[in-house]
Amino acid sequence: MKIKDLISASERTSWLLVSPLVAILAFFLLLPILTLVVVSFWNYNEFTFFPDFVFDNYAYLLTSPVTLSVYLKTLKFMALTWIFCTVIGFTVAYFLAFHVRSLGVQIGLFLLCTIPFWTSNIIRMISWIPFLGRNGLANSALISMGVIDEPLDWLLFSDFAVVLAFVHLYVLFMVVPVFNTMMRIDKSLIEAARDAGASGPQILANVIIPLSKPGIMIGSIFIVTLVMGDFITVRFMSGGQSASVGRVISNEIALLQYPAAAASAVVLLCTVLLMIAVMMRFVDIRKEL
Amino acid sequence: MTTGKAKPFSRRSVLKGAAATTGLALGSGAVTGFPTIWAQNIKDVTLRQFGTGVSNLNEVADKVKEDLGFTLEMTALDSDSVTQRAATQPNSFDIADIEYWICKKVWPAGNLQAMDVSKIKNYDKIVGIFKSGKLTPESTIAQGTAPHTVGFVEGVDGKTFADHETGWMTLIPTIYNADTLGIRPDLIGRPIESWTELLNPEFKGKASILDISSIGIMDAAMVCEAMGEIKYGDKGNMTREEIDKTMAIFTEAKKAGQFRAFWKSFDESVNLMASGEVVIQSMWSPAITAVRSKGIPCVYQPLKEGYRSWGGGIGLSKNLSGLELEAAYEYINWYLSGWVGGFLMRQGYYSAVPETSKDFMSADEWGYWFEGKPAEGEIKNPQGQVMEKAGAVRDGGSFYERMGHVACWNAVMDENQYMALTFILFTLA
Repeated sequence: MKIKDLISASERTSWLLVSPLVAILAFFLLLPILTLVVVSFWNYNEFTFFPDFVFDNYAYLLTSPVTLSVYLKTLKFMALTWIFCTVIGFTVAYFLAFHVRSLGVQIGLFLLCTIPFWTSNIIRMISWIPFLGRNGLANSALISMGVIDEPLDWLLFSDFAVVLAFVHLYVLFMVVPVFNTMMRIDKSLIEAARDAGASGPQILANVIIPLSKPGIMIGSIFIVTLVMGDFITVRFMSGGQSASVGRVISNEIALLQYPAAAASAVVLLCTVLLMIAVMMRFVDIRKEL
Repeated sequence: MTTGKAKPFSRRSVLKGAAATTGLALGSGAVTGFPTIWAQNIKDVTLRQFGTGVSNLNEVADKVKEDLGFTLEMTALDSDSVTQRAATQPNSFDIADIEYWICKKVWPAGNLQAMDVSKIKNYDKIVGIFKSGKLTPESTIAQGTAPHTVGFVEGVDGKTFADHETGWMTLIPTIYNADTLGIRPDLIGRPIESWTELLNPEFKGKASILDISSIGIMDAAMVCEAMGEIKYGDKGNMTREEIDKTMAIFTEAKKAGQFRAFWKSFDESVNLMASGEVVIQSMWSPAITAVRSKGIPCVYQPLKEGYRSWGGGIGLSKNLSGLELEAAYEYINWYLSGWVGGFLMRQGYYSAVPETSKDFMSADEWGYWFEGKPAEGEIKNPQGQVMEKAGAVRDGGSFYERMGHVACWNAVMDENQYMALTFILFTLA
């Protein structure tokens, strides 16, 4: 009896300790998502939306050919952004973690990487527009160097511009977790590999990359979720000419079709969760944290 | 979420309570002459106005404070958000500054109250477009949501629009203009005369159209009609077939790379034009002047097929009553009394009561903006920036020349939902 009382007392303490977090998550995460799901079954007309239980929103969404093409487009942006962010992020983190010897310089350079991120997303994105424009810096520089005769139109308001902006905006989300895991790799492992006769590329492939996987995976989750949910970058950098799931949702909101927007959001949420679930199958992040 | 539940102690109920208490206190002391009480209390009134950026100007709010004594809070939003708010959040505003096509869309939601024209001092002087629909007795009425068709209802609670002047106005007209394409004459180098030029392959990758479906579709229809591709029954109320055909033509052009970008906000259109990314596009009048004030040539090109016109007005929230309603009527009367009109006309818009604005403009300004005469001296905008040098003539000429050639009004169609969806598919194609 006495032992049981003790356990329940300690259990009570644990419950008490987690309750603020549970309350916050329940109120600010679960409740909104629940509302979203509920509203996605509501009906709407031109002016307002009202409680109902219809599957029209999903039926339309899941049978429309537009949905597929928009998802493919969004996935394309996501894949390209992920590839570039991973390559660049890994390289930067590798340099910081293994080439820079002093901790002071490491921290200094790391902070340097974050400085652009003190400004808002929108500003960093918009600042590309005068740079990439037809009469922008990039084109005039290329013309004056004699590389091209005519300005390159595809630099701005194109899928290229969208991916460029995404990589610029989100690469830090890859650098930080990868750098973090790399810093925790035991240096003696690398020495051991070298003593055993491994070459530089072999150490990279067999020691560093496998041990950096959790960081890469965390960064990938950031990038996948951010790109899949974006609408403003696609809108601005493509000049309003390219599609993304986020833009479809924002259009639906603009037309007051909240239930349709909610259904789109639920489908997007499921898609992203599914993608993350698949990614988690490859690396057990919890084991590594 | 916009369930629109009234809070037990909203600012409004507290205000009302305060006003009632004051009234009671004074009433018990047998005070006569309520107008003085109004005049005193009115200083404490705050009216919340929202609308598109066009006329939601801080200068107006400042002048209201100065002339009328009460506070006007302004919120500027894009057309979609304005529609959304007017239809779904009646407690979030006192005065809605909306366009006539938005009015057609949101009036049935029942969040606005009609206005008694007997309280509007300058009602008789309001331009005919907003009353009979005719600018001059000889004018023909253009297609689309012409303002007079949604301008009146039967009585304060009227839900359906009346086809004649009833004495109850839905919106008090404030501002309107005739829109056309903007061009960069220096980069085009030849005369532009028709809407068809927007899809001319000569401007491949250098054209733009606005990404606001209800307006964009109109510009698209003007182009398709001018090309002779489609004959519309009514551009302002297209059939599904007409919508499909119009968007098919534009989608084809989009896929061929005709458009550099689509724009949604005023500033975007200015930047596209000023940077030379685009040389021909749908544009709004002040955007033209904004480009020109950077020293870049830009013309609001009159086209032979006519203008696409729009008009805005002030509507009152159904929640306004008592002192605040009085204040709102005072504001409307002040709005039509000339100062705002002069302010807006010096930006290239027109006032609903042009003759009162004349007193607030110099003879040269009036001649340039309204009569289409060559400027005698420098023409400055309301902020004092020089916009035109002596000798310049307004694109399109006089008020009657411009407003007399309206081919179509901005509109909301019966097939609006379908149109909006089709337009979105075009932008995403």
